[in-house]
Amino acid sequence: MQTPTLFALLLLLILVAYGTGFSRAIAAARSGGGVRSLASLPSYYGVHTALWCGLPALIILACWLIFDDAIIRALVMGGIADKPESIAGQNLLYAQIQNLTAGNLVGNATPQLQDAAAHLANLRESGRWMQTALILILSIGLGAYAFLRISPEMRAREKVEKVLRIILLACACAAIFTTVGILLSVLFESLRFFQSVPVTEFLFGLHWSPQMALRADQVGSSGAFGAVPLFTGTLLVSAIAMFVAVPVGLMSAIYLAEYAGKKVRSVAKPLLEILAGVPTVVYGFFAALTVAPFIRDLAQSMGLQASSESALAAGLVMGVMIIPFVSSLSDDVINAVPQSLRDGALGLGSTKSETVRKVVIPAALPGIVGGVLLAVSRAIGETMIVVMAAGLAANLTANPLESVTTVTVQIVTLLVGDQEFDSPKTLAAFALGLMLFISTLILNFIALHVVKKYREQYD
Amino acid sequence: MTDLTQSNLTQEQVRERIESRLASRHRKEKIFRGFGIASIAFGILAVVVLFTDIISKGSSAFVQTDIELNVTYDPAVLGIDSVDDESLAWANFDAVIRNALRERFPEVSGRRDKRELYSLVSNGAGFELRERLQQNPALLGKSETLWFNADDDVDTYVKSLSKSEEGFLGRTSEQKAEWIKSLLATGELEKRFNTTFFTNGDSREPEQAGIRAALMGSLFTLLVTLALSFPIGVAAAIYLEEFAPKNRWTDLIEVNINNLAAVPSIVFGLLGLAIFINFFELPRSAPLVGGLVLTLMTLPTIIISSRAALKSVPPSIREAAMGMGASRMQVVLHHVLPLAMPGMLTGAIIGMAQALGETAPLLMIGMVAFIVDVPHGITDPSTVLPVQIFLWADSPERAFVERTSAAIMVLLAVLITMNTCAVWLRKKLERRW
Repeated sequence: MQTPTLFALLLLLILVAYGTGFSRAIAAARSGGGVRSLASLPSYYGVHTALWCGLPALIILACWLIFDDAIIRALVMGGIADKPESIAGQNLLYAQIQNLTAGNLVGNATPQLQDAAAHLANLRESGRWMQTALILILSIGLGAYAFLRISPEMRAREKVEKVLRIILLACACAAIFTTVGILLSVLFESLRFFQSVPVTEFLFGLHWSPQMALRADQVGSSGAFGAVPLFTGTLLVSAIAMFVAVPVGLMSAIYLAEYAGKKVRSVAKPLLEILAGVPTVVYGFFAALTVAPFIRDLAQSMGLQASSESALAAGLVMGVMIIPFVSSLSDDVINAVPQSLRDGALGLGSTKSETVRKVVIPAALPGIVGGVLLAVSRAIGETMIVVMAAGLAANLTANPLESVTTVTVQIVTLLVGDQEFDSPKTLAAFALGLMLFISTLILNFIALHVVKKYREQYD
Repeated sequence: MTDLTQSNLTQEQVRERIESRLASRHRKEKIFRGFGIASIAFGILAVVVLFTDIISKGSSAFVQTDIELNVTYDPAVLGIDSVDDESLAWANFDAVIRNALRERFPEVSGRRDKRELYSLVSNGAGFELRERLQQNPALLGKSETLWFNADDDVDTYVKSLSKSEEGFLGRTSEQKAEWIKSLLATGELEKRFNTTFFTNGDSREPEQAGIRAALMGSLFTLLVTLALSFPIGVAAAIYLEEFAPKNRWTDLIEVNINNLAAVPSIVFGLLGLAIFINFFELPRSAPLVGGLVLTLMTLPTIIISSRAALKSVPPSIREAAMGMGASRMQVVLHHVLPLAMPGMLTGAIIGMAQALGETAPLLMIGMVAFIVDVPHGITDPSTVLPVQIFLWADSPERAFVERTSAAIMVLLAVLITMNTCAVWLRKKLERRW
């Protein structure tokens, strides 16, 4: 039976189990003096039976789906006498066998290959039968077990709630699994990368040119993995972005919180928030097609030489993107400063701007710093704007009119297209990803810590 | 004040000093205020410039130049005798179009001129004819007058004519421009609503490129994301808010969720590539994998907003239900959850809007492939709207610029609708306790 059909059948069985459990509980109650004699409501007996019927079967089915390909592959490959040593060779061989089984391979296949293909088809067929049989026996058997155990004394509700709680806990742990998954995937591939390229060369090398030479005499493909130009490029673009976003975001937050009337606030705030809802790919398009040519022409008219993929264009647009982020975070902390502080300052005769600069901002500073740090981590991790508007050449420069490349741009260019998981070129992307993950994690951690600590002061 | 009293100044002198500084203090106040207004103006200006730029570039893509031709389904030209699947596959529909063009401009001769002439019509016109003949085999041997998409260069030229007298020629030759003008004069060339843009998938030819495939891909991806992230997110929020004991394990989960909310989206793409595609060997470019990656990305958003919604339900509800003998699970499932649902739905819509606009992680898992066919399920190869925008933005043809902007307009319209829905839902269903 195909998996979707089996799944549908299983769902049907679960429904049936609920129904039978429910009616058996009612029947048991009738003989023992009404529904009140049951330990739990009849529906809990139904759910209890359904859980026994469905949950173990679903878990086994999921495990089966995850592992059956690997097991079948191991069995098929185990049956082949002279298989290639390398992993790539084995992959190729297995792909050939799979194609032969599916009937896609035209050409002459060796008898050995044909045997393996028959073996594969055979295993798949019997695997499907085993799967169907196992799942159905498990589900019907356990369902029947739960069904037979129904009695007015059984505490069905407690049991059901215990299972529900475990399911809730499992969902809450999804976040942990995600973090572990990110760490494992990035770390594992990075370690493989660092086997071929030393860590020190990666962290301190000044030359980035990830194209590996296919032949010894090839020009321009040195395969150098010094990531410093990427780090400086990322910092340059992020610095430009923060140079725009922090003053504008902070000042608009101050104006909205301290000066603006209710009407202005209710219009200006949502308008600014629109900037936060625009997808980054739209900003990228805007930066590449409108801002970058504008900056190039402007620089030319001033007698300067600007690249059409200048860091300035990407940074400016990224800054605009981050404005609402900075402004809404600062707005929150500025509003959290107690009114009594302002009243005190105003009462001593200071002007409104003096109150803001000398009292409100210092009081809100930890929160603002936290918000800015979060914004920096956003700028560092931002991808689409720089992919579309910044360049690919790894220049080690601090000139915003020149083209630079960033960590995220390189991850995208290294991974889009063909990937070979045994070449340092592909693995380099994961090492860059690791750097990105670690740096943003540290920034986030500090920022959240600062913000949290600050909030405790006035609560 | 201590300064002043110590330096033995008369009251008069103090006042003088204060007043002399007063002007500059007020000036500073005005400057500060001006900076505030300037900042807000800058932000709003950015919104206005962004939107006018996109709309001015993209609005012209919603019309498309069509050309009217009188075509004859001549069996001799087509090279077929009957209408069946095999002969249709071989039939030379392009020759029919070429004949129709030659009939319209009989004076054109010479190979190069003829080739120029044929390039007036999109080379997808042949497929259109094939479809018509397939649906209505009785047409064979007859003629009919039809509207076809014009080539993208023609389209660009015609649209530029409305802006200036000269028009933007680009790759269009002077001679072709003459033909176009004569066709325009007789009404055989017309700007019509661009249905192709909404019914076709991607194409290398701008005039045949549409967003249908990308829209469907986005829809499937979002469905997967919603089906996974909403239940898991709500369940996690319920556990953390209602059941979790205060211990280090719970703290760890909370710190984790907060950190994940700020991890760059591209890192989730790396996770998807390494785990879902490389390890579990799920199909590349599939909405299934895209949905899984976006689920992990939006989960923190949904968990955080769902927790806020649960928090806003007053404890008195819980206490009342508990007092009536409900178990903690019954309290949550029967009373707290329904009351928190509007807030959770709002959070889910905002999370989905975020997922819909996301591009970077999907590039990692191969959703950038050039895909023409409209996907029919969550395992078909497909692309999504933001990625389609990214791909078109990279295309050199001038006609793709307006299509990119038009696709952006569609994307923004969907996002604005979703966010408006969220705001409306919050206003409509929110209860103040």
